[in-house]
Amino acid sequence: MFRQLRTVLRTGIVTEPVAADLAAVDLERLGAELREAIRRRFGRSLHIRQVDAGSCNGCELEISGLTAPQYDLERFGLHFVASPRHADCLLVTGPVTLNMAEALRRTYHATPDPKIVVAVGDCGRDAGIFRGAYAVVGGVGDVVPVDAVIPGCPPSPRALLAGLLAVIGRSA
Amino acid sequence: MPALAYLAVAAAGAVMAVAGVAGVLGVAWSLRVEWLVPLGGLELAMDPLAGFFLALVGIAAAPASIYAVGYAAGDRRGVAAYAAFVGAMAVVPLAANVLTFLLAWEAMSLASYALILTEARRSREAVSAAWVYAVMTHAGLACLLAGMLLLAGWTGSVRFGDWYAAVPSLAPGAANVAFVLLALGFSAKAGVIPLHVWLPRAHPAAPSHVSALMSGVMIKLGVYGLLRAGLDWMGPGPAWWGAAVLLAGAVSAVVGVLYALVERDLKRLLAFSSIENVGIVLIGAGAGMLFHSAGLDGLALLGLAAALYHTVNHAVFKALLFLAAGAVVHATGTRDMEALGGLIKRMPWTAGAFLLGSAAIAALPPLNGFVSEWLTFQALLQSLRIPRPELNLVFAVGIAGLALTGGLAVACFVRAFGITFLALPRGEAAGHAHDASPAMRAGMAALALGCVALGLGPTLALPALAGVAASMTGAPVPRGVEDWLTLSVSGQFARLSTPAVTLALLAGLALPAAALAAIGAGRRRRTYETWGCGRLLQTARMEYTATAFANPFKRVFDFFYRPVKQLDIEVHPESRLFVQRLQYENRTRSLFEDWLYRPALATLHRGARRARRLQSGSANLYLMYILAALLAMLVLA
Amino acid sequence: MIGDVIGALAQVAAVAGGAPLLVGLLRTLKARLVGRRGPRPWQPYADLAKLLRKDAVVSTTASWVFRVTPYVLAATMLVAALVVPVLLSRPALGHAGNIILVMYLFMLGTFFLALAGLDAGSAFGGMGASREVAVAALAEPTVIVAVFALALRADTIDLGGVVERFAREPLLVANPGHLLAFAAFFIVMIAETGRLPVDNPATHLELTMIHEAMVLEYSGHYLALVEWASAMKLFLFLTLLANLFFPWGVPAEPGLLPVLLGALALGGKLVLLVALLAVVETSVAKLRLFRVPELLAGSFALAVLSVTSVFLLQ
Repeated sequence: MFRQLRTVLRTGIVTEPVAADLAAVDLERLGAELREAIRRRFGRSLHIRQVDAGSCNGCELEISGLTAPQYDLERFGLHFVASPRHADCLLVTGPVTLNMAEALRRTYHATPDPKIVVAVGDCGRDAGIFRGAYAVVGGVGDVVPVDAVIPGCPPSPRALLAGLLAVIGRSA
Repeated sequence: MPALAYLAVAAAGAVMAVAGVAGVLGVAWSLRVEWLVPLGGLELAMDPLAGFFLALVGIAAAPASIYAVGYAAGDRRGVAAYAAFVGAMAVVPLAANVLTFLLAWEAMSLASYALILTEARRSREAVSAAWVYAVMTHAGLACLLAGMLLLAGWTGSVRFGDWYAAVPSLAPGAANVAFVLLALGFSAKAGVIPLHVWLPRAHPAAPSHVSALMSGVMIKLGVYGLLRAGLDWMGPGPAWWGAAVLLAGAVSAVVGVLYALVERDLKRLLAFSSIENVGIVLIGAGAGMLFHSAGLDGLALLGLAAALYHTVNHAVFKALLFLAAGAVVHATGTRDMEALGGLIKRMPWTAGAFLLGSAAIAALPPLNGFVSEWLTFQALLQSLRIPRPELNLVFAVGIAGLALTGGLAVACFVRAFGITFLALPRGEAAGHAHDASPAMRAGMAALALGCVALGLGPTLALPALAGVAASMTGAPVPRGVEDWLTLSVSGQFARLSTPAVTLALLAGLALPAAALAAIGAGRRRRTYETWGCGRLLQTARMEYTATAFANPFKRVFDFFYRPVKQLDIEVHPESRLFVQRLQYENRTRSLFEDWLYRPALATLHRGARRARRLQSGSANLYLMYILAALLAMLVLA
Repeated sequence: MIGDVIGALAQVAAVAGGAPLLVGLLRTLKARLVGRRGPRPWQPYADLAKLLRKDAVVSTTASWVFRVTPYVLAATMLVAALVVPVLLSRPALGHAGNIILVMYLFMLGTFFLALAGLDAGSAFGGMGASREVAVAALAEPTVIVAVFALALRADTIDLGGVVERFAREPLLVANPGHLLAFAAFFIVMIAETGRLPVDNPATHLELTMIHEAMVLEYSGHYLALVEWASAMKLFLFLTLLANLFFPWGVPAEPGLLPVLLGALALGGKLVLLVALLAVVETSVAKLRLFRVPELLAGSFALAVLSVTSVFLLQ
C-alpha cells in the first residue's frame, strides 16, 4: 500500500490538456438553438451510458481509454453511468445489428428526457465497412434519432473527448 | 349467527381491556368460590400484573374477533372453541391458586388444540401440528403440575399469595428445583428455544384470527408465568435465575429470527418471528431479574418495564401481521411466498396494514417496536452498575444478541413484505386476489392505530408499566416523567422523544416535496418498463425469489442452517448439451430437531419397545403384577 | 428560543448543503491519488441541479413504495442531521434520542430503499436489496458495542453528553479502547455508506453491486433525492466519527462566533477523515461479497476488544 502511494506521489498528475474540436464531430443535425440548449443543460454535467449495438469493440477500447489518467473525461463533468435511467447521453457504437436493434430502441426509451444520442465511429455513422451485410440494419441513425456523430475507425480517445466537448459546447 | 358470537367476544374483549387497565392503575379485588373447584376452590385476584395481562387479552381479542366476523363468517365449527379460548386466557392471569390456574391453563390448551383441528379437513399438516402441540403443551403442564404441587406441599398452601412469605424458609435447593420445573413448563408455552418445536407447526395451521391470539397472547402467558415464578412467588432469587432467563432470551431471539429469514411459508415466518420477540421480552425480563437480585431497584424497574412494553407491542403488531397474512391467504389460497407477489396493487389496505406491522416489528422509529427495543437497550447498557464480571459478560451477550436480532429482523420483514406484496405476481392465484372485507379491515385498522399510539405515547404508557413492575419487585413506585413528550431514563443517561421525531420526519417529508413541486418536478414523469438491459421478455420469472433473497444469510450462517443443496438436471434425450429441466433445492436443516428431538424420540421408542415385553398377553402374568403392586403398597404405606 | 431555531436551521443547512461538497472532495482526492486531474469538488452540485430538471421514468411494475422511498430517505437523513452533534453539541433534537435512534433512522431509510429495489421487479433490485440488508444487519452489533464502549467511559449515552464529557476531560480519550472503537466504527462506516472495500460506488458491473443495484431504476428528481440522501449519510457518519471520537471544537452554546469556529473545526476534521478514506479506498481492492461478513466480524471483534479494554483499565 505504501509503495503504491509513493509511486503515485512521485509520478504526479499525468492528465493531458484537451480542447473542443469541431472537426472531430459532425454536428449538422443540431441547429444553433438546440446546441445552446444542450450547453445550458449539460455543459457542466453530462452522464453517459455507452451502448454496444453490435460493434467489433475497437471503439469500446478507445472509449475505455477516456477513463484513463491521460485523457480523464471526469474533469469536464462527463461521467459514465451503469443504467440508462441515470444517463443524459447515449454513446452508441457499432453498426446496429438485427439482434441488437430492439435492445437499442428499448435503451433509448428507458432514458429520461431530455437526452442526446452520439453515434461513434464510421459504423455508427452509416455501418462503415459492414454496410449492406445480411445481419446489419445500418447506422445508429436508422434505429434511434441521432444528434451527433464522431467519425473514425476507431476514433482516438483525444478525438472522442474533443468531439464530446464540442457537443456540450464546452471549450476546455 | 357466528358473526354475533364473534361480536360478543369482541365486546367481552373490550370489557377485559378496561378491567385490566383499571387493575394496572391500582384497582384491586378478589373473588372466591369454595365449592367450584377442588383443592381450595375457585379463586381470582386482581393485582397490577394480572390487570396488565388481562388488558393484553382484551386488546388483542377485540380486533381479532371483529376480523373473524369477516374471515370465518360462514363457519360455525370454531366459534365455541374460540370463545372458550379467549375466556380461559382471561382467567389465567387472574387465577390465585394452583388448581384454578392449572384448570384455566389446560382449558386454554385444549381450546387452541380444537381450533387448530378446525383446519384439519383442509390440510393434513394441521393434524400433525395439533399432535405435536398437544404433546409439548402437556409435557409443559406436567412440569407445571410438578413444580406447583411441590411448592404447595413445601409451603403448606395452594394459594399463590402465601408463597412469597413462605419461600425464604425453604431449603435453597428446593426453591431452585421448583423454579426450574416452573420455568420449563412456562418456557414450553412461551416457545423459548429449544422447547419451541410446536410453535412453527401450530401457529400457521390454525385459522388466522386464532394464530393472532396464540402468538400475541397465549405465548405471553408463558412469560407471565415466568415473571410470577421468578419475582412474585419465589421472591428475588439467586442471580443465576435472571442470567438463565436473559441467556435463553438472547438465544431465542437470534435463533428465531434466523429461522424466520429462510422460511417461504408466510405464517411460519411470522411464527418464528414470535419466538424472536419472546426472546427480546425475556432479555428485558432477565435483565430486570438480575438487577432486582443485585438490589438495583431503579434499573430493575427499567428492565421489567421494557419487557412488559415489548409484550404489549408484540401482541399488537404480531396480531396485525397475522390478520393481514390471513387476508392474503383468504384471497389467494396459498401461504407460499414464492407464489405471491404484486398484491400491493390488488389489496392496497392489507398491504398498508402489513407494511405498518413490518415497520413496527423491525423496530423502526417512531413506531412502538422501536420504543421497547430502545428501552431494553438502555437497561442492558447500564449493566456495569453490577460489579460482577460474570454477570457483565451475560449482559454483553444480551447486547450483542439484541443488536444482531434487530438488524436481522429488518432483513426478514423487507423480505416478507417485498416478496409477498411488491413487483409482479409470481403465480395465478396472486394475480386474481381481492382485498379484505370491511370487517377484516376494521380489525386491522384498530391494531394499526394501536401501533402508532403506543409508539407516540410512551410517556403515558411507561409510568403505568413501571407501576406494574414496582408491584412485583416491591420497590417504591417511581415519580412521574418530567415532560410529557420526552422519556428520560435513569436521570441523564438517555432520552427519547418519539413525538418530536415524528414531527421532524413529517416536516422532512413535506419540505423537499414542496420544494420539488415548486420547481415542477412532479409533472415531469413518464412510465416505461423496468430496465432489463434491453431484454425482450420481462416476466415475473425475472424477479428475485424469496429463496434467493435469503441466500446471503444462508451462506453467512451456514454452520447453523447446514443447508443441503440439491440440483437435478434433465437433459434432452438426443444430446447431453441441451438442458430440458433444472430443479434446484436449497433446504435448511433444523439443528434442534436433528440433535435434540430426534435422538430423544429414538431413545423413547427404544425404551418403549423394550417395555412392550411386559405386555405378554398372559392373564396370569397380569394378575401377578397386580399382586406385586399391592404387596409393594402395603410395605410402603 | 430564536437562537435554538437558527442553530437548528444552520445545522440542517450545513449537512444538506455540505454533503455534496464532501462527496465531491472525496472523488477529487481519489482521482488525484491515481494520477488523474479528476472532477472539481463542487461537481456533485452541478449533477444534482441537472437531475432536478430531468424527467423521471418510473417502471410500470412499481407501486407507491417506489415513489415515496426517495422522500423517506431524505427525511430520515434530515432528521438525523438534527440529532447528531454537528455544529452544536446539543442540537435541536439532541434531547429526542441518541446513537440508537440515529442508527435506526438509517435502518428506516435502508428498509424503504430495499423495498424500492424489490418493487421494480428486476433481478438487480432484488439482489441489491438482499445484499444491502445483509450487510446492514451484520454491521448493527458492531455499532452498538462500539458505542457501549464510549458510553461506559462517558457515563451517558446521550450524544451531546458524550461529546461534552470527552471535551471536558481529554484524558478519558487517551485509552487504547478509544482507538479500537474508532477503527471498528470506521469499518462500519465503510460498510454502511457503500465504499470500497465493501462496495464500489462507481462500478458498472451489476453482479458486484450492493447499494447501486437498488438505485438503478431511479431517474430525474427521485435520483437526485437518493444521491443527496446517501451523500448526507456519508457526511453524518464522518461527523459522528469526528465529533464522538475527537470532540474538541464543538460548541455547547449557540452563538455566532462559537458556531463559526465549530464549523471550521468540523471542516478540518472532515477533510482529514475524507483524506484517510480516499487513501483507504485507493489502496485496497473490493472484497468478494462473501468475505464482507468476515470483515464485519473483524470489526465486531475490535469493538469487543475496546469494551474489554475499558473494563480492564477502569
